[in-house]
Amino acid sequence: MFERVWRMMVKEFLQVLRNPRMVGVIFVAPMIQLVVFGYAATTDVRRVTTAVRDLDNTPESRELVERFVRSGYFLVAERAGDDARVRWLLDRGQAQLALCLDEGFGADLRGGRTARLQLIVDGTDSNTAAVVLGYAGRITGDYSGQVLAEGLARAAGAWQPPGGVELRARSWFNENLESRNFYVPGVVATITMLVTLILTSMAVVREREIGTMEQLMVTPISAAEFIAGKTLPFALIGVGDAVLIVLVGTLWFGVPLRGSLVLLFGSLLVFLTVALGVGLFISTLCQTQQQAMMSTFFFFFPAILLSGFMFPIANMPEPVQWLTYLDPLRYFLVIIRGVFLKGAGLAVLWPQIAALGVMGAAVFTLAAGRIRKTLA
Amino acid sequence: MSLRRLWAVARKEFLHVRRDARSLGMGIAMPVLLLCLFGWALTLDVDRVPLVVWDQCGSQSSRDLAAELAGSRYFALRGRAGSYAEIERAIDRREALGALVIPPDFDRRLWTGRGAPVQLIVDGSDANTATIASGYAQAAVRGYSQGVVLREIRRAGLRPPAPPLDPRARVWFNEDLTGRNYIIPGLIAVIMMVIAALLTALTVAREWERGTMEQLVSTPLKGPELVLGKLLPYFAIGMFDVLLAVLMGAFLFGVPMRGSLALLFAMAAVFLAGALSLGMLFSIVTRSQLLASQMAMVLTFLPAFLLSGLMYAIPNMPAGIRAVTYLVPARYFVHLLRGIYLKGVGLEVLAPEAALLAAFSAAMIALAMRKFRKKLT
Repeated sequence: MFERVWRMMVKEFLQVLRNPRMVGVIFVAPMIQLVVFGYAATTDVRRVTTAVRDLDNTPESRELVERFVRSGYFLVAERAGDDARVRWLLDRGQAQLALCLDEGFGADLRGGRTARLQLIVDGTDSNTAAVVLGYAGRITGDYSGQVLAEGLARAAGAWQPPGGVELRARSWFNENLESRNFYVPGVVATITMLVTLILTSMAVVREREIGTMEQLMVTPISAAEFIAGKTLPFALIGVGDAVLIVLVGTLWFGVPLRGSLVLLFGSLLVFLTVALGVGLFISTLCQTQQQAMMSTFFFFFPAILLSGFMFPIANMPEPVQWLTYLDPLRYFLVIIRGVFLKGAGLAVLWPQIAALGVMGAAVFTLAAGRIRKTLA
Repeated sequence: MSLRRLWAVARKEFLHVRRDARSLGMGIAMPVLLLCLFGWALTLDVDRVPLVVWDQCGSQSSRDLAAELAGSRYFALRGRAGSYAEIERAIDRREALGALVIPPDFDRRLWTGRGAPVQLIVDGSDANTATIASGYAQAAVRGYSQGVVLREIRRAGLRPPAPPLDPRARVWFNEDLTGRNYIIPGLIAVIMMVIAALLTALTVAREWERGTMEQLVSTPLKGPELVLGKLLPYFAIGMFDVLLAVLMGAFLFGVPMRGSLALLFAMAAVFLAGALSLGMLFSIVTRSQLLASQMAMVLTFLPAFLLSGLMYAIPNMPAGIRAVTYLVPARYFVHLLRGIYLKGVGLEVLAPEAALLAAFSAAMIALAMRKFRKKLT
């Protein structure tokens, strides 16, 4: 029996690795995802291109503009002469924010009257726009507060107003709030799932499509041996990818790994049974590789989007949140982020691992039953 | 090139598509599914952040402060904690994303000029949510603080001065900052890239793997005729998907369409031709369905999703990655779609992107035709 499983595994390995491009793809895919999620996937907002239209040009108006620049979030793209130019810049996306100060701004501020200013934000990217408005509000608020405090000090004389409340925010588990510490561990989950899903589902369907399934059926191989031969090689490739991602993630990107490696890879194996099971199951539904590929993506896209990998589950509507409980990625992401960032152990993570175990057993049994029928 | 032969290939390919109803169905269901997910379920907005409070002071003012936070729509109070260990447990179990810690001397210090510090602890694992949540907390606490100061000024018999600055913020192009208006137009580009590659990446490789290519080789069919003929049916499916996406955007999600529909469909056709040819190029070069599907995944979906500016704004990326995004055709189409949809601008503004997109498509079609060899090896 081991002999036959071994032969089958060797055959699968040869088929996948025979093509040097395939080897490239298997190891390039995790690298691309790592680079993108390590460097590019950031929702931090910096270098906001800003058009300044200052018709006042007094020390006060210049001070306000200077405060925007000094904050480090804003880059003055151009000093626009009039509103038409502001419109032109915003239309072309050459400025995301326009800071418009009219004549009389400085005089109002000096005279103790309320000075007006206008901020125009390009709302196309609603997320960035909200953050930009927040920054701008903080800067004008600080300036306003300072002018107010000076005025109050003059008016109140000896009486001292209360100092107010000061909020000191502290972040746990990811002290510098680096996006990559959130994403890079998640890449372990998405890549291993994708690679094992595609390889398994297409490996079985290929035999059917090019007619070699009949040849397999006349060999003494049993259904269990067939399944083992069709899944173990890809599980190995998945684990290989995971090792690669963990190494690059910790050594190159400096993502902290605070928990136990044994727990990490132990739960990866449980997770892989689900991924392989789904891959096998898809293969039993499909006749051609085209169908297998499309079905795989039909499963994989929602699985990624609903897993909390990029979009927090807590923000989804209630019925969709229930749906996410069916998503194996959801559980594995909690485990992997917990192990990496929080150093969480089995005591906290056992419900997630148990859920994956149940899913894996269920989907594997289902797929194996269907395969037994086609082989018998 | 003979139109008759080209049409014959197109007809054969169309029959293939029609016979495989499952693949065709998924080619249409996939865009609908993605649009629904992004339109209804997925958002990076942050609200109702679950919070626990550790109130060590227990005074009227500390309760007011907690109530101020609880009253904002951005936070939801999920109970109290009595120690840092309890806070940690709540965060570990993901019952809370953060905690407000009010020190015992809060009330006493509030009324002195020194000011009273309070602590906000956030679970930083999700950096985006944590940043936004602490921004909201800052704003809520500042509001409470100003209220206290103003009340005291009035109580001291002084007239509170006028606020020195009155910033009026106006948002252009997407007035109420709806994330959907931003995502849906860009998503059309990504969906087309994905669908196009899914549909064509296997077409030529399939003929090689099944051995039917030999039959095609023995016909008088020329390379360009085969490539274009195979593209046609998928082009029709792709344009149908665009139409579906535009209709869903308008009627289901209420995304404003301010520019020219004709320009939108024209650009979609250009982009689609390029994306389909790219998928076919994988198929031609690899001659293996498995490899072609993997390459399509790595070289089209991932960049289109992550580097096109769909979800992560390109200006925020580091310079090296920003340079790479210029090689992602979806980037130009995402920009075009947002310009047409939200800003209502036309070619006078979008000409550079339109030209680059056309260049991409022309190059892909030419490359697919050149690389296709009607020869058995």
